Amino acid sequence: MSALVYTLSDSATMLRRNLLRLRRYPSLTLLLVGMPIVFLLLFVYVFGGQLGHGLDTSLTGGRSGRAGYLDYVTPGILLMTVAAAVQGTAIVVAMDMTGGIVDRFRTMAIARSAVLTGHVLASLIQAALSLGIVLGVAVALGFRPGAGPLAWLGAVGVLALFSLALIWLATALGLAARSVETASNTPMFLTLLPFLGSGFVPDASMPTGLRQFAHYQPFTPVTETLRGLLTGTPIGADAVTAVAWSLAIALASYLWARRLYARKRSA
Amino acid sequence: MSTLRRPAVVATGVRKSFGETVVLDGVDLAVAEGTIFALLGPNGAGKTTMVRIFSTLVPADAGRVRVAGHDVADDPDGVRAAIGVTGQFSAVDDLLTGAENLRLMADLNHLGRRAGRQRVGELLDRFGLAGAATRPVSTYSGGMRRRLDLAMTLVGSPRVIFLDEPTTGLDPRSRRRMWDDIRDLVAGGVTIFLTTQYLDEADELADRIAVLDRGRIVAEGTPDELKRRVPGGHIRLQFADPAALHAAAAHLDAAAADEERLVLRVSGNGDVASLRRLLEQLEEAEIAVEELSIHGPDLDDVFFAVTGHPTLEQEAAR
Repeated sequence: MSALVYTLSDSATMLRRNLLRLRRYPSLTLLLVGMPIVFLLLFVYVFGGQLGHGLDTSLTGGRSGRAGYLDYVTPGILLMTVAAAVQGTAIVVAMDMTGGIVDRFRTMAIARSAVLTGHVLASLIQAALSLGIVLGVAVALGFRPGAGPLAWLGAVGVLALFSLALIWLATALGLAARSVETASNTPMFLTLLPFLGSGFVPDASMPTGLRQFAHYQPFTPVTETLRGLLTGTPIGADAVTAVAWSLAIALASYLWARRLYARKRSA
Repeated sequence: MSTLRRPAVVATGVRKSFGETVVLDGVDLAVAEGTIFALLGPNGAGKTTMVRIFSTLVPADAGRVRVAGHDVADDPDGVRAAIGVTGQFSAVDDLLTGAENLRLMADLNHLGRRAGRQRVGELLDRFGLAGAATRPVSTYSGGMRRRLDLAMTLVGSPRVIFLDEPTTGLDPRSRRRMWDDIRDLVAGGVTIFLTTQYLDEADELADRIAVLDRGRIVAEGTPDELKRRVPGGHIRLQFADPAALHAAAAHLDAAAADEERLVLRVSGNGDVASLRRLLEQLEEAEIAVEELSIHGPDLDDVFFAVTGHPTLEQEAAR
């Protein structure tokens, strides 16, 4: 068998292991998916009536009031779901690295990349499940995206690419953490970023300094692109920026994670 | 032991420092194929670092290591394909069951579905884990975890096995059982390199023993050869208070004090003349002894004889 076949089969083995672990430890997934759902309910029912009236209907895809705000906030909540899900990635990666099992893997003749690839693929599946659940809740609350099949495909693509980027970032953070506790805290700033962007309210309404941060941070173009694809708001140049940010974060984090993994010593 | 046998592990001039701390200071050793080699030393002597270097986990700063004919620096994958490692900290997946852990190893060793399943079943039976095979490892006892750990190491049929303190923390029964398992492995032609801080363990299992102290091999030989290096055993003196212990330690030469237990070990075989001399010395100095006992030579004496300091002292210092 060639090296490539071994790499694929070892990665598949590691993926199976991680999916099995996810099934044995469902409380972590439930906890992480619970957070965006709570924020969705909170913002739609507590603040949504008022916020919805302040929004121009061109930003909501046509509806106004609470229903309009639901349309507006759902893309932001979906990105928050991804940000919350990757906390789980950092935790399970750190659990592996601080335990003895990674040393066992390192002393075996297996493809070097398989351990991390297994984590990343399992996390992608976990993120997809979380997104499915949160989207389901949003639809149950009355979210009615007007997207056609092509726009849906685009939305799935944007979410997948952005998830991949944050998952590699969380993997690197999990590798860099000295303990599982640290690993569960460091990616938390990611769940704040949808607030400091156009996830919950338009960034145009913010004071200057914050507005500039919101305008240039990666969550904003991704939110705008996703919102445009799902509800038909204008996208413009945001699509290109969103893809560029996602690719850049994914690549930089991948290289960082690879370096940390190669160097990691639990001496 | 036979010089005709090929060496399974050869190390020459191995050095390793972590920052300013020198952990290994020029280690040379050779382990013959199909034998058990014990690396004996107190905590912090550098045993684990040695295993980590030999098993490709960390690079040495200097020196060469060949394992099963492959150089650890030039051909780490060649080494990895030939070895199995059971570390000091359990390397099992707590969230999986025993059988799933073993199946994971079978898959990573590319055994194929049928051969893998057969090997897993075989190992579960051999290590008495068949009854617990479908339980998550988090419910296992310490002895069971250790046996599963060793079983996982064996899935790929390694030719050289590294065991880093395989019985630390086990109760006496699990410990005996682990010893039997280790002996069975060598019967199959495998080479075993184990580290231990238990002197009786090295004595019990090893064909050859190397004593590691502060990063250097200070003695090497068969258990009998090492025991022959000390003229006799030791006399153990138990005191009632630290003052008496200190007075006696200052008065007697070749003595190792254990502050915690208020015990002094005096080298020498328990013949009547030397015993009388010891008692006279104690009486002259007016030191009261609670209890006196005579012991045959054991590996503690070896350690004291070759290093000039006892292992107890370092245990107490930690």
